[in-house]
Amino acid sequence: MTALAALENADMTTDRIAVRRRSVSRPLLYGALVLCALLTMLPFVWVISGSLRSLDEIRSDPGAWVPQHLTFDNFERLFTTQGFGRFLVNSVVVAVMVVVGNIVAASAAGYALAKLDFAGRRIAFAAVMGAMMMPLTSVFVTQFVITVDLGLADTLTGVALPSVALPLSVFIMRQYAMSIPDELLEAARIDGAGEFRIFFGIFLPLAGPAVATITIMSFLSSWNNFLWPLIVAQSMSSYTLPVGLAATSQAAAHVTDYGLLLAGAIVVMLPVLVLFLFLQRYFVQGVAGTGMR
Amino acid sequence: MTVTVLQKVPRRTRRPRGARRTAVGWLFLAPFTVVFLVYTAIPTVAALGFSLTDLRGADLRHPFAVDFTGLDNYLRLFQDQIFLRDILNTAVFVAVGVPLTMGIGLALALALNSGIRRLRGAFRTVFFAPVVTNVVAVALIWQYAFNAGGTVNKTLGAVGFAGPNWLDDPNLTMPVVILLGVWRNFGIAMVLFLAGLQAIPQNVYEAASLDGAGRWRQLRHITLPLLRPTTLMVSVLLTVFYLQMFDEPYLLTNGGPLGSTESVALYTYHQFGAGEFGMSSAASFVTLVLVMLVSVVQFRLLRPRT
Repeated sequence: MTALAALENADMTTDRIAVRRRSVSRPLLYGALVLCALLTMLPFVWVISGSLRSLDEIRSDPGAWVPQHLTFDNFERLFTTQGFGRFLVNSVVVAVMVVVGNIVAASAAGYALAKLDFAGRRIAFAAVMGAMMMPLTSVFVTQFVITVDLGLADTLTGVALPSVALPLSVFIMRQYAMSIPDELLEAARIDGAGEFRIFFGIFLPLAGPAVATITIMSFLSSWNNFLWPLIVAQSMSSYTLPVGLAATSQAAAHVTDYGLLLAGAIVVMLPVLVLFLFLQRYFVQGVAGTGMR
Repeated sequence: MTVTVLQKVPRRTRRPRGARRTAVGWLFLAPFTVVFLVYTAIPTVAALGFSLTDLRGADLRHPFAVDFTGLDNYLRLFQDQIFLRDILNTAVFVAVGVPLTMGIGLALALALNSGIRRLRGAFRTVFFAPVVTNVVAVALIWQYAFNAGGTVNKTLGAVGFAGPNWLDDPNLTMPVVILLGVWRNFGIAMVLFLAGLQAIPQNVYEAASLDGAGRWRQLRHITLPLLRPTTLMVSVLLTVFYLQMFDEPYLLTNGGPLGSTESVALYTYHQFGAGEFGMSSAASFVTLVLVMLVSVVQFRLLRPRT
């Protein structure tokens, strides 16, 4: 996580570089960056303008940039005829299970891996690292079979369960716990506190930033997860938003009702983008910390 | 208060030892361990087992009736023209996607790191936004924009080009799918490169400027060599991403047209969908081995320097 500390100091160091590197043509640099930023934003512009156009308008001129008549009809149809209300609720329920599970499992595991000395700790840490590198695409068949055996196929619990203890969360929490001085915990032990009291009374209150990062990361991974819910959720009653959107898209393929689909895209993207705008730091920390989504 | 604490010292400073200490440690680890065993450890072993059998979806209720077929599935895989084509497609994803993503990420990181202060945070937010964006949503936007009459062609038409039918032409789908992958991933590369750049000590540059080294020479002889560990890490990370590429080709084209964008992950999924669990597991193990090979190469390359 040292890289992150460096990132936080970014603005300070840049000032010094700025003095030395006058030779860079400022207008040129800004021009290039603005151009790149506009190109990056294009898909967002397309989705907003497309979602506000009526079906007729899209049919007559699919590629137009600007809607002739603004309409929120697509959003209305999404919730009244396409069951998006249900998908939204499902996504929220799954996300809550995943986030709560991660906070509980990862804070306990991260604390133990960083601060407790016990037989098997090294093996456990190796397992966390190994699990982090494990490609989902290599185990989803057997994960599915196990989920069926547990009677959890086509349930929201089945969708959430593999993600309720993400190795990435454990890793983030363990890195954070490493930075808490041993003396603090040792003092509590001398005062006679048991490991559980130390964990709840001292460690957890201090772990705020790590808990925030884990919350964001696990929410993001749950909200955007696609392959696993696609496999487990077999009926509309357990579709999450991405799966519901993909299903709607396949069903609408013949009609090419793009207004509806783009409105759906906005409903799926918006919560994360809004959160991202406010809590950017934690998103970047989580992703940059280990380079995983 | 102090007195009571002192009285307790002799008895309580002894930390739990042996069996008790181990029990406490594992109690903390229990929630993670249960999920890890059920959803990572057991599935991995089981997948290896499945890959050595002729298990089909319909056999799931009678697993013991399944025949052990040894390496048959793997032999069949490497004789399957479709699988070989998918390996080639996946190689193209890696060979084109990784350098493109890294190049854009590095260029933007360098730009943001070279004397830009105003709007710096805003640029970073914009470039990172695609990373957090839902892939299903973006794939739909891509389809809308790259349709025959879509926004991309409309814009091309306005400047006098007749745009092709991007998603129906086997020669054009690959670039469009890769473009989506690059758009989604360059922000990660940028953030990691930015962090790497910040870790380079500034006095190295000061010394170089005193010696009269210009900006390009500093980039070539200081920045890039010192960025080597970051570059390696980013390249491994992205290689693993593109090796497992599933969402983008599945959603944009479902591997088509004519299998031109079917990745190994998509092959695994299609075999699974066809009920060929044995073949699917074997294909997934090929991915696993490739990902592990990349990680081993990374550690080999990193070891001498760190």
